[in-house]
Amino acid sequence: MSVDPIITLRGVTKVYGSGATEFQALKGIDLDIAQGDFVAVMGPSGSGKSTTMNILGCLDVPSAGEFLFKGHHVETLDRDQRALLRRRYLGFVFQGFNLLSRTSALENVELPLLYRGEDKQTRYDMGMAALDKVGLKQWWDHTPAELSGGQQQRVAIARAIVTSPDVLLADEPTGNLDSERSIEIMELLTDLNRNSGITVLMVTHEPDMAAFARTIVHFRDGLVERIEKGLAG
Amino acid sequence: MLGTTIILAFRAINRHKLRSFLTTLGIIIGVAAVVTMVTLGNGATAAVREQISSLGANVLQLRPGQGFGRGGGGPRPPDFKPADLTAIENQLTGVRAVAPMAQSSGTAIYEGNNWSTTVYGTTAAYFEVQSWKVTSGRLFMPEEEEAGRPVCIIGNTVRTNLFQGGDPIGQRMRIKGVSCQVIGALATRGQGGFGDQDDVVVMPIKFVQRRFTGNRDISQIMIAVDDAYDTSTVQQSLEELMRERRQIKAGGEDNFNVFDTKQISDTLTGTTTILTQIVGAVAAISLLVGGIGIMNIMLVSVTERTREIGIRLAIGAVAGEVLMQFLVEAIVLSCLGGVIGLLIALVASWAIAPLMQVPFIFDLKVNLIAFVFSAVIGVVFGYFPARRAAALNPIDALRHE
Repeated sequence: MSVDPIITLRGVTKVYGSGATEFQALKGIDLDIAQGDFVAVMGPSGSGKSTTMNILGCLDVPSAGEFLFKGHHVETLDRDQRALLRRRYLGFVFQGFNLLSRTSALENVELPLLYRGEDKQTRYDMGMAALDKVGLKQWWDHTPAELSGGQQQRVAIARAIVTSPDVLLADEPTGNLDSERSIEIMELLTDLNRNSGITVLMVTHEPDMAAFARTIVHFRDGLVERIEKGLAG
Repeated sequence: MLGTTIILAFRAINRHKLRSFLTTLGIIIGVAAVVTMVTLGNGATAAVREQISSLGANVLQLRPGQGFGRGGGGPRPPDFKPADLTAIENQLTGVRAVAPMAQSSGTAIYEGNNWSTTVYGTTAAYFEVQSWKVTSGRLFMPEEEEAGRPVCIIGNTVRTNLFQGGDPIGQRMRIKGVSCQVIGALATRGQGGFGDQDDVVVMPIKFVQRRFTGNRDISQIMIAVDDAYDTSTVQQSLEELMRERRQIKAGGEDNFNVFDTKQISDTLTGTTTILTQIVGAVAAISLLVGGIGIMNIMLVSVTERTREIGIRLAIGAVAGEVLMQFLVEAIVLSCLGGVIGLLIALVASWAIAPLMQVPFIFDLKVNLIAFVFSAVIGVVFGYFPARRAAALNPIDALRHE
């Protein structure tokens, strides 16, 4: 693939605390992620993969270094500008699903559209389309408590893709699921990557799940240890 | 966007119905109390005004002493003499009618029913001054007044308690152990600023003086001013006349007072207004407490929904939107409380007004102020929790258990 990278990290560091309690989580990351790639981020805990994902998700800013998203510098944006960037270009899937309780699947999926100011009919149409994509159209009026773990994660994926984001960030999306559900979720992510052209960034510590990716990035001690092609690549 | 925020607020409130209700209870009670009190207070003021105006406009009351009551220490100022009455009748211009009054109290008895009441000794002029009519029977004849005959005209309360449904006219009843004949029954006046105005027996003043008070003193003189004359001018001449008659030197203090009914009306409505304001202030404090209740619950809500806030921030909500969400939620809560409070106040004052015998007066201004006030409470006490929510870091918020 010779596409321009959608994400570029250059010399990114992240330092938490100061003085005696100072901890350097990232020690200078250089990384390019191509548009349309499916990247699995692996590494032991404390290796910096979560910190990197937070920076890539525009939830956090690097202490130093450059972060370019679609050629634009993100490290100079303020809090609200990064929020707007997330709203426009990014979708999030979390290990713990993070759906709003006592709220129907459709209302959960519609949430990002509310912040985009879409009208009621548009929200309904887009929300139902996203639920259809993850195969849960019939479950639209169920609350998270009435859905299985796999179904909840699929609702979360529907919520992440309802805005047709450029990048989907998934933080251990299968961490709370059994292997059968996990494979279903990975197939869904692969499908979104291949057929909807969404760039997927996924943190995982399971090699089986990483195997679905085109590219696997290994982290160790706050640095990128190596980058390898996945089975899908 | 605001519309959506309001919908979101309603959804959040709907998710915790009981808690939301309990939270708004302070506001509900506060608003209901304020509006009920003010509405009833306004009704009471209106009732007093009406009562006073029913006493007849342009009426002056001449009493011994200063102000209401007989005053504090010192010797009791003397009552008026029959010569004072004659002087007023003959020397004062602009007077339509003059009624002397001697007062006593005692028990009236008729066929085993007895009733404690007030006895007024006066003349037929009293009914003219008071613009008070008999519904049946007649007023005193001049010869009955002159001779002080044992005849009486009874108020409706006395009539009801002694005669029940029966016709009292021509019946003989006993008052303070003396037999007298009922010659008239008065129209109902209702509760006034001075208590039940219908609880009264009116008799010729000479009879009351001879049999009850034992002297010829007049405790009060009521004067109706002719419409063509200015009440305050007549009041001034009356005061000069009385100072002269009671031999008060220049610079000395009056040992009598003249009340204009309008002045009494102002005093009484002033008292009602002050009472309304005090009760209103107490109720306003309960509104404040209600506001603190809202702040408390909103803080709990922010902590409890930290993850939700994290999700919203991750999805792309800007800080201002999260702030608005929680602020609007607090405002919706307090406004809901305000509306419920107003409804309760409406029903309560509508139900209580007849019991207090005051008219029910719906005051739009008071209702609007109370509602706006409850909304303001939402803003004031919702802002701090909302700002706290908006300031959350999305990463920490998402990790929050």
